[in-house]
Amino acid sequence: MALPKYTEPHYRIWHYVYIFICTCVFFFLIAPLFVIFPLSFNAEEFLSFSEGMKNLDPDAFSLRWYKDMIYGTKNPWGLAAKNSFIIAIFATLGSVLLGTVAALGLSSRHMPYKGLIMATLISPMIVPLIISGVAIFFFMAKAGLAATHTGIVLAHIILGTPFVVITVTATLSGFDHSVTRAASSLGSDPVNTFMKITLPLILPGVISGGLFAFVTSFDEVVVVLFLAGLENTTIPIQMWTGLREQLSPTILAVATCLIILSTLILVTAELLRRRSERLRGINR
Amino acid sequence: MSSETGKILTTDGIPLEVSLKKAERKNKIKAFLLVAPLLLFLLITYIFPIGDMLMRSVDDKMVTEMLPKTFKSMEKWDGNEIPPEEVFEAFYIDFQKLVEEKRDGKLSTQLNYTKNGFKSILKKLRRKAKNFEEGNYKEQIMSVHKRWADVEYWRAIKRRAPAFTSAKYLKGMDMYKNEEGEIVSVEEDRRIHRVLWLRTLEIAFFVTLLCFLMAYPIAHLLATLPMKYSNLLMICVLLPFWTSLLVRTASWMILLQQQGVVNDFFVMIGLVADDNRPEMMYNKTGTYVAMTQILLPFMVLPLYSVMKTISPSLMRAGKSLGGTPFITFWKVYFPLTIPGIGAGCLLVFILAIGYYITPALVGGASGTLISNQIAFHMKSTLDWSFASAMGLMLLAGVLAIYWVYNKLVGIDNIKLG
Repeated sequence: MALPKYTEPHYRIWHYVYIFICTCVFFFLIAPLFVIFPLSFNAEEFLSFSEGMKNLDPDAFSLRWYKDMIYGTKNPWGLAAKNSFIIAIFATLGSVLLGTVAALGLSSRHMPYKGLIMATLISPMIVPLIISGVAIFFFMAKAGLAATHTGIVLAHIILGTPFVVITVTATLSGFDHSVTRAASSLGSDPVNTFMKITLPLILPGVISGGLFAFVTSFDEVVVVLFLAGLENTTIPIQMWTGLREQLSPTILAVATCLIILSTLILVTAELLRRRSERLRGINR
Repeated sequence: MSSETGKILTTDGIPLEVSLKKAERKNKIKAFLLVAPLLLFLLITYIFPIGDMLMRSVDDKMVTEMLPKTFKSMEKWDGNEIPPEEVFEAFYIDFQKLVEEKRDGKLSTQLNYTKNGFKSILKKLRRKAKNFEEGNYKEQIMSVHKRWADVEYWRAIKRRAPAFTSAKYLKGMDMYKNEEGEIVSVEEDRRIHRVLWLRTLEIAFFVTLLCFLMAYPIAHLLATLPMKYSNLLMICVLLPFWTSLLVRTASWMILLQQQGVVNDFFVMIGLVADDNRPEMMYNKTGTYVAMTQILLPFMVLPLYSVMKTISPSLMRAGKSLGGTPFITFWKVYFPLTIPGIGAGCLLVFILAIGYYITPALVGGASGTLISNQIAFHMKSTLDWSFASAMGLMLLAGVLAIYWVYNKLVGIDNIKLG
């Protein structure tokens, strides 16, 4: 972004103002996340920086909130984490299965009423979560699935499939269908063709859709608030209650772990995106 | 062989057209069968329950079922004067049945909603009705209390005859049907829902505007910087995007609290006095700041993907034709980014209008939105039909924007990450 030598002074000033504005916005975006790290190591019970922390006194830092998170007797984080992972894994599997198959159908040029069906399949992503929550709650209550893991998994499949449908259809849009025809002409049956030819090629899209579904389920709180009983508590529910009732630094320890998890997911998603673009021959 | 009929035949002797159509239909069914499982699943667990919400929101069968004979006999009554004997008789029979089933309390609550004063006269009627003699119920009921001789009360009963009601929707807009059946607004100081709707729109609008103003420059920077720098900066956008919503809200709660980092900083630079720290959380400010940061990536990503496709040579051409950088930007670059602006703004607006978690945590009383009200009625007052009505009103708004989005951007053009 170096400016050419002949730039006039007022454009030069404008350019620096522009860079300054951008820096501020980037700071606004990313800085809040970094407040959590140091505070989660706070030795005291407050959610603000103590004098000791400002002077970088080593005694002001401790791992006590991490210990509390893992070993704390009253803490529900263990159960919550277990539930969150179980629910998210099953919800992801369900979303990926249903979403990928549906995306295959949607990408076919023979698909009737494509626009309408696509809009219906995507709708759980667009409809405000609170409305989805109410509707799904009514259904689960009638079906007797409220306050069960099954109910929450089904609810998260509803919310997760749009992401899988979108990413997989996007991957399939650059898919060369002649390879599947070639496979069929060589005597492969459709299932075999899918497993051996189509799936490996669209796998990056499937996995990144799965990641979205996983994160959606793992982070979802509105619908779970309606559905969950005490047994089905999840990490987001515990954070929600914690943030509303007693703000303890243990929450920050959990939040730090979640940020690390999301960084890992981000890196995976980025690598997959690049791989998928390479496979589809999009060079940037 | 084919020249005879003028049709091209396949090797099986079937006309090509028919054979092709058959194959096409087979393909159509195949494609549809692939979509069917998900479509069916969503219809059962999601779309129909939304329809169920609609039913609940207009459902008013309770009173209709409690007084079936009364409403039947009232069909002929014009409502101008005291109803005839047969209405009184039907009402007496219905009411006695309710008393036997111990459901008369429910009736009195429901009728009291429609008109104040029913509770006491129904109670009195229950006591006296035990000693009623057969025949001439009109006289007997009217002698229980003078209000039973008041035609207003009979009209109020008749108003509850329909099995469906729009009352919940009217309540959602702070309106109700008065005794003449006209739709009127409630008194000015009790219009809580209108305030909430307006606030929801206001916050969604300004959050969208703020997001746009902040996202445009950085999307432009990301699109014009060389790849290796922009990839690095992209992390600043994507990391918040992938981070848990509750984590981000929590970090804003820490930053904005009175003893928080932002206030500490203001005190340090001498902007505010230490004993006079401003409240930045549990009000509108908190909602604005947190929601803008949380929704910003949803504006940056569509803008970025559009700006990425704009060739830099267009700007050079504009400049070489004598445009100043500002003119070239305004006349060449900006119009080309409008699709991205449309996509980003609609997406952020849709998301903002239904926001629940963040306003509930940092919004306090003055920063909560319509979603919070829906959750309140679902969980606290248990008025599910009212929550459904409000939810559907919100849904109608969102679907209208969704439709526009679909027309302008195309739903299959949504980009993720």
